[in-house]
Amino acid sequence: MDVLARYEPLVDDPSAFRAACERPLPSVLRVNTIKADVPRVHRALQEAGIGFEPVAWHEGLVRLTDEDASPGNSWPYVHGWVYGQEEVSAVPAAVLAPEPGERVLDPCAAPGSKTTQLAATMDDRGLLVANDNNLGRLSALRSNAERCGVTNVVVTNQDARHLSLRPFLEDETRRKEPFFDRALVDVPCSCEGTIRKNPTALDEWALSHVEGIAGVQKGILTRALEMTTPGGTVVYSTCTFAPEENEAVVDHVLGGERVDCELEPVALELQSSPGLTAWADEQYDPSLERARRIYPHQNDTGGFFIAKLRVTA
Amino acid sequence: MTENDPTVFARLPATPADREVEGRPSRQEVVGFWKRRYGLSPSVFDGHSFWEKGAGKVWALAAAIPDRAPVEAVGIRLLRTRQEHWKPTTEACQRFGHHARANVCTLRPARARRFLRGERQPLARWEGDWGYLLVAHELAGAPAPIGVGLYLEGELRSQIPKGRRRDL
Repeated sequence: MDVLARYEPLVDDPSAFRAACERPLPSVLRVNTIKADVPRVHRALQEAGIGFEPVAWHEGLVRLTDEDASPGNSWPYVHGWVYGQEEVSAVPAAVLAPEPGERVLDPCAAPGSKTTQLAATMDDRGLLVANDNNLGRLSALRSNAERCGVTNVVVTNQDARHLSLRPFLEDETRRKEPFFDRALVDVPCSCEGTIRKNPTALDEWALSHVEGIAGVQKGILTRALEMTTPGGTVVYSTCTFAPEENEAVVDHVLGGERVDCELEPVALELQSSPGLTAWADEQYDPSLERARRIYPHQNDTGGFFIAKLRVTA
Repeated sequence: MTENDPTVFARLPATPADREVEGRPSRQEVVGFWKRRYGLSPSVFDGHSFWEKGAGKVWALAAAIPDRAPVEAVGIRLLRTRQEHWKPTTEACQRFGHHARANVCTLRPARARRFLRGERQPLARWEGDWGYLLVAHELAGAPAPIGVGLYLEGELRSQIPKGRRRDL
């Protein structure tokens, strides 16, 4: 099945969209400011003979200019000064923008690119709860967090739909109260937007899978919202184009009874398109136009969806 | 005294007098170790609490949580205790080693690469202590700590864990 054809009516330039999906992805590194500052890392990359150019919207990102470079085999990597991270996957933590000292939840954390970025944004202070339900992926998360020298993270292994606050509370009677200032809900998804990195990403595509995973996504987002204090921010993101996993999931929580929340505009320097307010036979809340869709041809990146929610009560 | 429960992270007692678990190091001893051995100011750890899970594995966490935590990990591994010579981890060396003022051995480029491969090498001109050293090299204008080496009898033995060794 030609999965990308589903989305051609949504994009301004279908042939550019197609062409971008077929090109390999540029290699991008993020500077881990817990261990070194940006100028020093630039100098270390130069000493290692790794060519790069800056990325305009984020001073901590560099795009490698030589596709054969192997930054994983270099001093900056050994020291945990850099993390290989797709450019667009650095967007959600930047939009969440946690402050040092806050309590932040990352319920689907492995393998840790966004977790380590959150920790650096928090200046490695506060409480960052990094959870994942998959033990194998959790060991990759732990290893990446340790290489980056992240000391404000607590790693848990729970089902994110039923995440328990128990390990974090002195007083058990408060376990039903909201606890976190912010949450980054970067859910497991059908990964259509990673087609440039993983050319077989769409081979097993099935609508039934998309619809099944959307149920899990709704459960995870709802639980994260419940655990976030009124006034707090929750960013929801996926690396897929499917509206069933994006706008439909956010629409579900906007109309849900378990928590009151609203969508806020997302300020992005990258090119992007508004979220959908209708798809197939479905109508979504009009505020979903505040969410952003990033298509591969817009910035020469992978595909992404991001929505910023504020808990109101 | 109670026994160590190897399945949970437990906060270290403040001082040896506060010890309730047999053999558990105290915060005072951990901070003292880094000061005495590597010259780290105790204030380096002002924002960190220390935890034990398993026998003698000490972790550093910059977050506030209850004293016993049934979780997978807290912060980074800092130190191996409950043996005659306490041993810093690679992670601790890289994260806190730039504060060290003693027992830091800075290697030239070829030697640093050899160290990173996990090899042992003769080190005739070292005049510091024997035992576990923090090993660094010059990177982008300043020394950068790589990991821990065991210096014994004129030889530096790399303690870089297998999974973190590289041939650059």
